[in-house]
Amino acid sequence: MNLKVFGAVILTLTALMFNPALAQEAPEVDRTATGGAQTLEDIMARQKQLEVDESFRSENLGNPENAAAIDEPLGTLGGSSQSDQWRGIRYNEADIQTVTRGPAVDVLIQDGGMPWYKLREGPMITYGGGALIAIIVLLAVFYFVRGKIMIDGGPAGTTIERFKPVERFGHWLLAGSFVALGITGLITLMGRSFLIPVLGPDAFSALAIGSKWVHNNVAWAFMLGLVLTFVMWIAHNIPNKLDWQWIKQGGGFIGKGHPSAKKFNAGQKIVFWMVMILGFSVSLSGLSLLFPFQMPMFSDTFGFFNSILGTDFPTVLAPHEEMQYANIWHSIVAFVMMVAIMAHIYIGSVGMEGAFDAMGNGQVDLEWARQHHDLWVEEVEAKQGKRGSS
Amino acid sequence: MKVMITGFVAALVIAFCAPLVLNQFGWSTAEQYSSDDSVRLD
Repeated sequence: MNLKVFGAVILTLTALMFNPALAQEAPEVDRTATGGAQTLEDIMARQKQLEVDESFRSENLGNPENAAAIDEPLGTLGGSSQSDQWRGIRYNEADIQTVTRGPAVDVLIQDGGMPWYKLREGPMITYGGGALIAIIVLLAVFYFVRGKIMIDGGPAGTTIERFKPVERFGHWLLAGSFVALGITGLITLMGRSFLIPVLGPDAFSALAIGSKWVHNNVAWAFMLGLVLTFVMWIAHNIPNKLDWQWIKQGGGFIGKGHPSAKKFNAGQKIVFWMVMILGFSVSLSGLSLLFPFQMPMFSDTFGFFNSILGTDFPTVLAPHEEMQYANIWHSIVAFVMMVAIMAHIYIGSVGMEGAFDAMGNGQVDLEWARQHHDLWVEEVEAKQGKRGSS
Repeated sequence: MKVMITGFVAALVIAFCAPLVLNQFGWSTAEQYSSDDSVRLD
């Protein structure tokens, strides 16, 4: 149930971002003076970002029963004026025939283009970039307040194998590709605003083309790394009662003492599931973008949420709208992942003494392991004891 | 550290191989203007 509520909140927030004026409707307009056509009030309401009920024109597409005879003026139009036909094109209701065939060729005008562009160039950059700066500042403040988390009593001097080479390979394949995707994704999203003024259009063009190539092709390494780490670590990341104790004690980050943990503590499990769920989602939307119009997903997704939550998300989407939703969702999920992974990188490097060794050479100090993963150390020592005695 | 570098190199190798493999299925950036059947990646 909590998952449903969470999904509803995310989708509602997304919908609100697409239409900031959702809650403010324009006042009723008298269109008798224009014969039902658009008035100055309609135009003014749109400029005020009010929601205008477009049905007065989206449904005004002509009527074949009113068709003039073929030998009368405009009789060849079959009951619809040219204005009616243009409205049909505008609202994707016209029967378009094109020589070139393809999934999106019969959509001549697509209304969602500008709101998508404004969202991408505005709030997406502002809030996404702001979140990245905020997490960097927060981690810096945390570092200066809490300091580096040291091994109590100092290192033991002996080590224990924390991760096998294949586990570390999967981690670094995923991590390396994620960093490459993050940087090239930011260049693609923000380059127009921040890099062109600095580098100029020619230099940025080369950078953008290179970024696109890296982003499109390194994505496969990311997906492979995601599958590898999922298969290798899922068994260790099933939540249990111990995790709640770990969370209640703040994971040992706040105050003194180290809560008990097996191979992965609750914090690491949160990172694992976040990476897996968001990584799967960002991969799906990425595939949808990688193969334009071939993998539309949002109309079905919206339909699914409408059926279980009773929401009213649009389920009839133009092919371009599918791509726009995929693009925005891809960016939102990527920003959430970048924020989470920055915190993960912090605690795995400068934030904690001895933590990097786990993924660096696979060997961690025994005292570090006892303090942060005591139950896992007991399991490993018990296994080694069994092997030694047999 | 060797494993870390291997992971990074593997990501690059996959990136270079991906267009070649996709090309076998008609999904090619290299031929995006030469074939009506290929799906453009941009």
